[in-house]
Amino acid sequence: MEIMVCVKRVPDPAENEIGVAPGGQDILRDDLVYGVNEWDNYAVEEALRIVEREGGSVTVVSVGAREQAEEVVRREMAMGAEQGLCLADPAFEGADGQGLAAILAAAVRRGSYDLVLTGALADDGAAQVGGMLAALLDWPYASLVNRIEVRVGAPLVVGREIEGGAQEVSEIDAPCVLSIQTGINEPRYVGIRGIRKVASAEIPVLGAAALGLDPSTLGARVRRLDYFVPPAGVGAEMLEGSVDEVAGKLVDLLKAKGGIK
Amino acid sequence: MSPAPFSPASSGTLFRALFMLIPAAGLACFGWIMARRVRPLLLAAPDDRMRHVPRRLLLVLKLWLGQGRHPRYLLAGVLHMVLFFGFLALGARSAQMVVLGFRDGFAFPGLGAWYGPAKDWAAAAALLAVAVLAVRRGVFRPARYAVPPGLGPGHAGEAMLVLGLIATLLVSEGLFEASQLAATGAPATVLSLPWAFKGLLAAAGTGTLAAVNLAAYTVHDLTFFGFLCFLPLGKHFHVITSLFNVFFMRVETGNVKPVRHGVASQQLDQLPSFGVKRFEDFTWKHMLDFYSCADCGRCSDHCPANAVGRPLSPRFISIKARDYGFRLYPLAGPAKAEPAPLVGGIFSAEEIWSCTTCGACEQECPIGIEYIDKIVDLRRGMVEDGLVPQSLQKPLASLEKRGNPYGKLEKKRGEWAAAAGVPVKSAETGGTAPTLYFVDSVSSYDERMQKIAQATARLLAKAGVDFMVLGKDEKDSGHEVRRFGEEMLFQSLKEQNTEAIRASGAQRIVTGDPHALNALRHDYEGLPPVQHISELLAEGLAGGRLRLRAAGDGRAFTLHDPCYLGRHNGIYDAPRTVLDAIPGLRRVEMEGACRDRSFCCGGGGLNLFHEVPEAKRMGVARVEQARAAGAQVIVTACPFCLTNIEDAIKVAGLEGRMEAVDLCELVDRQLEP
Repeated sequence: MEIMVCVKRVPDPAENEIGVAPGGQDILRDDLVYGVNEWDNYAVEEALRIVEREGGSVTVVSVGAREQAEEVVRREMAMGAEQGLCLADPAFEGADGQGLAAILAAAVRRGSYDLVLTGALADDGAAQVGGMLAALLDWPYASLVNRIEVRVGAPLVVGREIEGGAQEVSEIDAPCVLSIQTGINEPRYVGIRGIRKVASAEIPVLGAAALGLDPSTLGARVRRLDYFVPPAGVGAEMLEGSVDEVAGKLVDLLKAKGGIK
Repeated sequence: MSPAPFSPASSGTLFRALFMLIPAAGLACFGWIMARRVRPLLLAAPDDRMRHVPRRLLLVLKLWLGQGRHPRYLLAGVLHMVLFFGFLALGARSAQMVVLGFRDGFAFPGLGAWYGPAKDWAAAAALLAVAVLAVRRGVFRPARYAVPPGLGPGHAGEAMLVLGLIATLLVSEGLFEASQLAATGAPATVLSLPWAFKGLLAAAGTGTLAAVNLAAYTVHDLTFFGFLCFLPLGKHFHVITSLFNVFFMRVETGNVKPVRHGVASQQLDQLPSFGVKRFEDFTWKHMLDFYSCADCGRCSDHCPANAVGRPLSPRFISIKARDYGFRLYPLAGPAKAEPAPLVGGIFSAEEIWSCTTCGACEQECPIGIEYIDKIVDLRRGMVEDGLVPQSLQKPLASLEKRGNPYGKLEKKRGEWAAAAGVPVKSAETGGTAPTLYFVDSVSSYDERMQKIAQATARLLAKAGVDFMVLGKDEKDSGHEVRRFGEEMLFQSLKEQNTEAIRASGAQRIVTGDPHALNALRHDYEGLPPVQHISELLAEGLAGGRLRLRAAGDGRAFTLHDPCYLGRHNGIYDAPRTVLDAIPGLRRVEMEGACRDRSFCCGGGGLNLFHEVPEAKRMGVARVEQARAAGAQVIVTACPFCLTNIEDAIKVAGLEGRMEAVDLCELVDRQLEP
């Protein structure tokens, strides 16, 4: 099975203090450190496990400035993905979700993939690329996937997490796009050594021309107006007393509000 | 005195031939078994154990010949010592007996008249010890020897068999000698086996005595070589290997083996594989450890992970690996292919993550079996294969990106100093001083533990020490990173810190964190001398630079020895000296669980981020020990210990009744203005 996994470089909220830049157009980026979007690690891990079972290969793709895209693609190659692909072009800067989906769709069309995986969402994103990518490719799409079963000569079976923690199971024909929820697996660890091992792996870079994209169609159609931190609201209630008393009050409150039965 | 009118060597050609055949066959069989046992050691990873020969010889004298660690378990230890010295004393006699089967009157030169009574009394004492051990094994059955379900059969049967073999050797030798003495009328050593048996044989005629002599000899000969060939088959292999195991044992504490001996840290990238994944990835010394384990259970008896029900028992690391090695390298036939990697095969991932590297097991092992390096090597293999629990991946990623496990900003590393109440110079802003205070991550960033850093700074200032910190240029020492098997990340942290420390121009380093102390002392190279703050406080008090007020509340204080201060660095007295310098402070010891038998709090660094399944927190067990000792205040000298013990006091519901405090905080509290 040939699988493409789309990954994104993001500032991890666990390793950064995110603040709003003056003017509200962006966050403060001076002290940020970046990594692979958490959901995307699960997608790559799942792709690797499918290939370990079923054969085939995994290609990791990322859109962004060349060095930045390469950094995350290389890290995912250290997990075990065979090929990497960077989609970099000045024309891609400032693309919105639809633009990113169009760039990725062009890359998907260049290969012959049976499956495209994305993270369900990104730490700095809007959870829209997976769905738009499937629409642009006219492929079936399932979101928030937490289980994938590959069957020979039959549609894939996918499990989806739905509201309230319930599980939904569906059939879906390949080729298809799946957006992957965290918890589908336990992604393997990649350390400095793993990354050094793939330090010399060739990662092709494709720009708009190579992808057959018209730069004039890639401009953002959704434009950000403002970022701000909302003022703290009211309604928080501090429980006081000994540990036992606080626990008792909390249980009473949860019962009263229907949180537990 | 005329010799006895009979002897094995003069019992006819048939017996003479038999008594030459038995040793020949026995030695051939033993040689074959030993050659098979040595085979995996030749294929194993290298291990540099030939340096420090004088220290190694000293260890042999203390721990092997002197049985130095045996009395830590008084009854079992003393019984073992009686058997051990009995073996040594009777070894020459047994070898002499073998030769007497075909050469009359043979004696080793140099073993004079003193040897007879010496070996006779040694044999009598050994037989007595065998009897006590048999009762102990058969009737009292110490819990330490029990084999948990799923880990194979118990070894009581093997133990009883060996006691029987030893008794057979002792009795047959006694009868052999007694029959000779009875025939010649020579005196026997009083209160010895020959002396007792001679009395029994007093009425026997020469024919009977000759038959007893021949039978005793034959039984001794067969038992001796049978026993010799039996030794390498199980836990009694230690009779042969322990001498070598002690000679080659760890001579330094606190250190961790390199990824591969003979490969410098700058060349690690060239290694095709890291750590231990298959049996031959162990070093030859580690395989020798497996062979040497006597299954005595002392390691597991003191293992905090085992005590709180984590899936780790160090004893079974050895026993499972030994049995696995025996299966892979059978006595006959070619070596077998390994069915699975070690982790996922004979070991489970949680078993390997359960260890806090506290070192209690190694401290206890009478023959120097190592565990920390094996655990670290197994983890190195797991890390390379990506098998790292999710809960550890975030802190490791943060350490890589931010130099601390919390993912907090580098520029905030020195922020604790603002509330120290004394000026703290920082190399970050161009400050210089001869003494560098290395804070490390937890005391820099953890809000509670920052109070230790602040107290430390005040004490340093009060003691007149001109000191600085590195500020944002300090990274995590990497102590736990290394012990969790992430060698390359450790190397990166080490390089960054080494560079920053050298650039700072510091002439000595002080730290309040024993993990940092241990890393800077044992894992780093080329740094100025490193001291723990407790050593500096002890000096400061002695020199009169620090004066302390009386402790007035009448509570009992106990010192919890941090593993990396005590066992790994031998600093037991400095913190006690400091406590005892506080006038009126009542200090109690957690007897049996203090100093080198201290019980780990639950571990430092990354242990705070990964919870292994357990029945009870180690910290809670430790708080209970302190309570049983009658203490109301647990003093420690490590921010991780304080974190775990403070948590444990809450978990145990003892808030308000028990308190945990860092040594620096306590001294700071008691400082005279």
